[in-house]
Amino acid sequence: MSKDFSILIGGEAGQGSRMAGLIIAKIFNFIGYKIYIYEDYQSLIRGGHNFSQIRAAEKEFQSRKEKIDFLLALDEKTINLHKKDLEKNGLIIFNANKVKSKEGMGIEIEKIAKEMGGKPIMANMALIADFAKIIGLDWEILEGVLRREIKKEIDLNLKIGKRAYEISKNLLKIEKISKEPTLLLTGNEATALGAVKAGLKFYFAYPMTPATSIMNFLAKREDLNVKVIQPENEISVINMALGASFAGVRSAVGTSGGGFALMTEGLSLAGQSETPIFIIESQRGGPSTGMPTYNLQGDLLFVLSAGHGDFPRFVIAPGDAEQCLYYSALGLNLAWKYQTPVILLLDKDVSENTFSVNEKILNLIQPENALLWDKGPAFAKASAGKEYKRYKITEDGISPLAFPGSKNVIVKSTSYEHDEYGITIESEEVEKMQEKRLRKYETMSKEVEKLEAIKVYGNKKSDIAIVAWGITKGAAKEVAENLGIKLIQPIIVEPFPKDKMKKALNGVKKLFSVELNTSGQMAKVLNSQGIKVDGKILKYTGRPFFTKEIEEKLKKIL
Amino acid sequence: MNPKNLDTYCQNTWCPGCPNFAILESVKRAISELIEKGIPRENFVFTCGIGCHAKIFDYLNLNSFYGLHGRCLATAQGIKLANPNLKVMAFVGDGDTYNEGISHLIHAAKRNTNITVLVHDNRNFALTVSQFTATSPKGFKGSSTPNGSIEESLNPLELVLSSGATFIARGYAWKIDHLKNLILKAIEHKGFSFLEILQPCITFFDNRQFYEERIYELKSPLSKEEAKIKISEWDYSDGEKSKIPIGVFYKVEKPTFEDLVLKN
Repeated sequence: MSKDFSILIGGEAGQGSRMAGLIIAKIFNFIGYKIYIYEDYQSLIRGGHNFSQIRAAEKEFQSRKEKIDFLLALDEKTINLHKKDLEKNGLIIFNANKVKSKEGMGIEIEKIAKEMGGKPIMANMALIADFAKIIGLDWEILEGVLRREIKKEIDLNLKIGKRAYEISKNLLKIEKISKEPTLLLTGNEATALGAVKAGLKFYFAYPMTPATSIMNFLAKREDLNVKVIQPENEISVINMALGASFAGVRSAVGTSGGGFALMTEGLSLAGQSETPIFIIESQRGGPSTGMPTYNLQGDLLFVLSAGHGDFPRFVIAPGDAEQCLYYSALGLNLAWKYQTPVILLLDKDVSENTFSVNEKILNLIQPENALLWDKGPAFAKASAGKEYKRYKITEDGISPLAFPGSKNVIVKSTSYEHDEYGITIESEEVEKMQEKRLRKYETMSKEVEKLEAIKVYGNKKSDIAIVAWGITKGAAKEVAENLGIKLIQPIIVEPFPKDKMKKALNGVKKLFSVELNTSGQMAKVLNSQGIKVDGKILKYTGRPFFTKEIEEKLKKIL
Repeated sequence: MNPKNLDTYCQNTWCPGCPNFAILESVKRAISELIEKGIPRENFVFTCGIGCHAKIFDYLNLNSFYGLHGRCLATAQGIKLANPNLKVMAFVGDGDTYNEGISHLIHAAKRNTNITVLVHDNRNFALTVSQFTATSPKGFKGSSTPNGSIEESLNPLELVLSSGATFIARGYAWKIDHLKNLILKAIEHKGFSFLEILQPCITFFDNRQFYEERIYELKSPLSKEEAKIKISEWDYSDGEKSKIPIGVFYKVEKPTFEDLVLKN
């Protein structure tokens, strides 16, 4: 039997299909499989149709299979919608109290939950146990996973699970893989953890899908010691965060495109006042309210140019949870090193899907110190005994930071054009400060060339390459491996890593971009750098690519 | 710049005779007294919005963040959260905080964030050459309303009282010592302190005579019910008969936002 399984569990909102999917994923993780969970849900609280599609495989995949090996249905709609995708030898397991089906195996999970004295939502526990028995999982393993994952009413849940396990039949035996379980994280959880590792102390946010779970995660995880503040709107969010940064405390904000649109005046303020700020922008289908719980990679050009006036910024677009962990920490560090906005551009599927993460990546992360006026060589050499100037003209464009409350220091930060102290000026002298910020941009550009700004996968010698970013990287990587071509994933997009890209494109004769938007925004970015793509593969259904879709479209244009 | 001096080297560009000079003087006297009382000078920090009032950033040699129009209350709250030892003031204008940034004012009061808000209320957008604001009287003839504004004015004190402010006062720019005392009380109050400063705009809305004929000093303290009555005594219209009370209308102790957020 191939060790690459696709399990889909679906139901109405409120039936707990997401939690059940996560537990099933954790079971496979425990027996050595690499995990990817695609979450598909609608913008409603009860009813509708939600599903989680798990890919559990020996090798790491970050895209869902088109076909389903196990279809677990909490309701009838799940069967009706997904039966067509069932593998030839696939199995349907359904809630016999809600679903009438001639195919597959029904189990009266609601009846079991009721008999054991549980709540209706606990029926999903019976379904999990039934599935575990069918695939030949030992009860002890299931119990262990349940005890780790369920905090509330564990004994009752176990009682329901045990009962379902006892009355179910074993049909096959899923093999264990001799690998250690890995950390399973959503991109949003990883983003939060990465920032915490780099010294995050305050998180300001207004709820907006798909960024909301960063706020909820940090609020729940009190052990991480991040204060979560929920102000009245996104405008307040960014201005409060800038106040906290000005006072010397690492802060971040998170939102989606619409909320980020409200923040853009504050973004420009951060650029002008040179206040460090880390902004997480998780894209969803736009324009405007768009499709709140579905994905489009349509905000790339927006975040690159948002805010009035010229100012330097970093834009970083990770493509899975492991990258979120690493680049979130890097992003917060860069914001403080360069005293400028850093935008971490996620998308709905990077944010909310679950990935296997190599924990060792955490060891690579340390908070990097900002250039401070009263500490380190800057103080010893240039500043000792001298008056503090917030916007001191320097060669690399970086002026040492000081914070209000420091003795013998007056810190003036400002939205106006200014002199070295921060006093407003409108004379032609204003060129000097603008040139200082330009030099800072040059320093940032040099730094980008030293960082892992671009990743290359697949056949690195191929003269055919595809470019994919964000969640699209997952399916594109599979395509590159299947077809023996090269995949280039730009991660740091601004300042653009010119040299790194040149190196990645070395020997490439045909280049195609693969994106979830209508106009090919990354292709436009490449074009602005003098790199022309030979074709674009675009999808905008709100759902990420299947590997096959890319392969078929690519074969047509090759 | 001399860190002991509250003045900067920046040339002042307020209109000659503008009451902003009087407000600046009251602020400097209040801060100097507090420094003498032992609050370290480096612990003062202020934010300001955009407008005539905000030029105080360039004239007052203290830690400060020159923010965005309407948004500096948010910035001030961020500063206070990050470092609760700081004495945080926000200088705002009427257009700034009663028009553009009114949501931040309501929510800052609701949270009882421990900052001091000083409103330079000249009752028009002066720096853009006079348009009506939320506190301009009905019939105000500005550059965008040549036939007079058709909107009724807002009573900002009623708004902040119902929003949860724990210190509410009103001063008059030209009563420098009275204003200085109000600033001292506002800064010393633990919680959201709101100080509305009536500031005649000598260029576009010179209501010095109107104010000086009507202003009288309140006898504090007042209960919440008495405060409501006194706050409603003048509705910011051009009414002929109404008197205008100044002083502290309301003061109550409640836990501050920062205390609650940072308690663990």
